[in-house]
Amino acid sequence: MAFLVVTLTWGLIRVAPGNFYSSEKKLPAAVEANIKKKYGLDKPWYEQYFIMIKNVAQGDFGDSLRYQGQSVNEIIWRHLPYSATIGVLAYLLALAIGLTAGIVAALKQNSPFDYGSMALAMLGLSVPNFVLGPILVLMFSLGLYIFPPARWGGVLSLVLPVITLSAVYTAYIARLTRAGMLEVMRSDYIRTARAKGLNERTILLKHGLRGGIIPVVSFTGPALAALLAGTVVIERVFAIPGLGNIFIQANLNRDEPLVLGIVAFLSILIMLFNLLVDISYGFLDPRIRYE
Amino acid sequence: MSETNGKILSVKDLKTYFQTEDGVVKAVDGITFELEKGETLGIVGESGSGKSVTNLSVMRLIPEPPGKIVSGDIVFNGIDVRKLSINEVRGIRGKRMAMIFQDPMTSLNPFLKISTQLMEVTRLHLGHSKKEAYDHAIKMLKTVGIPDAESRVDSYPHEFSGGMRQRVMIAMALSCDPELLIADEPTTALDVTIQAQILELIKDLRTRMGTSVILITHDLGVVAGMTDKIIVMYAGKVFEQAPTAELFATPANPYTKGLLKSVPDPAHEEGTELYQIPGLPPDVAHLPPGCPFAERCYRAEDICRRDFPPFVQINANHHSLCHFAQEVYAESVAESENGKTANIQMKINE
Ligand SMILES: Nc1ncnc2c1ncn2[C@@H]1O[C@H](COP(=O)(O)OP(=O)(O)OP(=O)(O)O)[C@@H](O)[C@H]1O
Ligand SMILES: [Mg+2]
Repeated sequence: MAFLVVTLTWGLIRVAPGNFYSSEKKLPAAVEANIKKKYGLDKPWYEQYFIMIKNVAQGDFGDSLRYQGQSVNEIIWRHLPYSATIGVLAYLLALAIGLTAGIVAALKQNSPFDYGSMALAMLGLSVPNFVLGPILVLMFSLGLYIFPPARWGGVLSLVLPVITLSAVYTAYIARLTRAGMLEVMRSDYIRTARAKGLNERTILLKHGLRGGIIPVVSFTGPALAALLAGTVVIERVFAIPGLGNIFIQANLNRDEPLVLGIVAFLSILIMLFNLLVDISYGFLDPRIRYE
Repeated sequence: MSETNGKILSVKDLKTYFQTEDGVVKAVDGITFELEKGETLGIVGESGSGKSVTNLSVMRLIPEPPGKIVSGDIVFNGIDVRKLSINEVRGIRGKRMAMIFQDPMTSLNPFLKISTQLMEVTRLHLGHSKKEAYDHAIKMLKTVGIPDAESRVDSYPHEFSGGMRQRVMIAMALSCDPELLIADEPTTALDVTIQAQILELIKDLRTRMGTSVILITHDLGVVAGMTDKIIVMYAGKVFEQAPTAELFATPANPYTKGLLKSVPDPAHEEGTELYQIPGLPPDVAHLPPGCPFAERCYRAEDICRRDFPPFVQINANHHSLCHFAQEVYAESVAESENGKTANIQMKINE
C-alpha cells in the first residue's frame, strides 16, 4: 500500500514540469551537472527509482534538498508534534461533542434540541474550514480579543485552530450517532430490554450504545485520514509550523525527498489508523471477534 | 390488592391506534377478553390482525408516538395498568408479566453475553447479588433444557442456534417466576421439529410453575393442544371467542372456519394444495363500513357490506362477530355430528 503511494508520488513529481533547480536564476551547466551527480539525478530513471525504493524501504528518505544538511526524518519529527496535537485534540473534541449531541438528539427525536443540533450539523458540514477559520478569528481575536489569531504559543493559541478543524467532524459524528442510535433503539433487542423492565438509561447505555456507535467507529479511519488533509489548510490559515505547512512548502520548492518522505509517512499513519479501527470493531462486536 | 376473583388479566374494550401518514391505523379496535389464573389463552389471526399490538398494549410497550392506547381497561391482578406511572410499569415488566418474541435471532442483544442478559433481570427485580444472579442464570438455562449450561452461560447469542436462543429467551422471561407469560409467535421463525420442542417446553413450564400464558400464533394447529380458550382476531377486532375444544368442533364464524380449513392435517395427501382463505387482510387504515371480512367471505350478503356485524352470543362462553353467526354455528354442529371434524378432534384430545 505505502509502497504504491510512494511510487505514484515519485512518478508524479517526475512527470510534473520543472525540478528543484529550475528557478529564475539559471545555474551554470557545470554546477548543475555536479549537483545532479551528487543526488544521483544523472542516472537513468529506473535506476533512480530502485535506489529510491531501496532507501525508502529502510526508512531512509535522504536529506532535504532545500534545508541543507537536515534529513527528511528529522524535519518530519520536528514538525509532527504541532500537527498531531491539533489533529488529536480536534478529533477528541469532535467525538465528545458529536457523540453527546447525536445521542441526545436521537433520544429526544423531533425535539427543539434535535432540530437545533441537526441544523447546526448541516451548517458545520457545509462551511469549509478555510472559511470558518477566518470567521472565528474575526469574531474571537480581532473582535473580542479572547484568543490569539494565529501562530503557536500556549494553550489559548490552540483553541481556534482545534475548533475550526473539528467542526466538520463534530457535525458528521453527530449525524452518524443520531442515525445509528435511532436505528438501534427501534430494534427487537431494545424492545426485549424494555420488556424486562429496565429503565431507559440502562437500555440506552448498556444495550443501545454499542450498536449505535459502530457507524462512528467505521468513520474514524477515513476521518483521521481526512483530518490530516484538514491540518494542511488549518496550519496555513493559523500560521502553525506543522507538518501540513512544511508539506506545502516542500511541494512549492520541489523538495522531492521531503515530499516523498511526508507522503510515505502519512500513508503509513493512515494504514495504522485503519488497523486500529479494525481492532476496535472486535472490542465492540463479539460476532466479529470470533471470526 | 383489590378483588380479582381469580382473574389474572382482564382487558375491556381496548383500542390502540397508530397515527401514520396513511391515516389512523386502528390496529386494535375494541378488544375484550379475560384470563383466569393458570389458564392458557390462544390469540389467533392472520398477519396484521392486531395480535401483537394487543399484547404490547398490555405490557405498555406501544411506541408512543406513533401509537397510543386510546381507550379501554387493562386490569392485571387488580392493578389498572393504564393508570400506572412508567416507573411502576417497569416494576411489573419482566417481574410479574414477561414476554417472549417472534424472532429469537434478533430479540437477544448481540453485543452482550447471555449471562449478562439473564442476570440483569434478577438483579433488578429480585435484588440478586452478582453471584446469586449468575447461579440463577445457570439454573434457568438448565430449566429450559440447554445442555452444558455452566459453560454456555458466558457465550454470546450468535453462538446459539435459533431454537436455543428461543430457549434462552424463555429462560429470561421466566427468571422472576412471572404470573403471566405472553408468547408472541414463539415458534414462527423456527423449523418444524424445533417448533414442537419449544411448544412442549412452554407447556411443561406452564404446568410446573403455574404461569398463566397468552400464546399468540397465526397457526391454529399450534394452539390446539395447548390452550384452554381461543380468541380469533381479524382487523383489530375479536371475530370469535370460545373454549378451545368448542372452537375447533363448532366454529360460529366463517373466518374461523377458513382458518381451520387451512391447518395442515396429518391425513393430508402429499402434493395437493393446502386451502387458503381467498384475498388478503384489509388495510386497517381504510376499513369499509360493513364487515371487514365480507370481501373474502363465502357467506357474505349485501347486509355484510353495509352494516357492521353484531357480536352474537352463542352460549355462555362462545361469541361470534357475524350477521349469520347462529346459522354458521348450526351448520358446524351438523357437520361435527357427521364426523367431518373427527380429525381435528383427535388432535385436541391427543
Ligand atoms: N409502530 C407501528 N406504526 C404503525 N403501525 C403499526 C405499528 N405497529 C403495528 N402497526 C399496525 O398495526 C396493525 C396490527 O399489527 P400487529 O403487529 O398487531 O399484527 P399481528 O397480528 O401481530 O401480525 P403478525 O402475525 O404479522 O405479527 C398492522 O396493520 C400494523 O401495520
Ligand atoms: Mg405480531
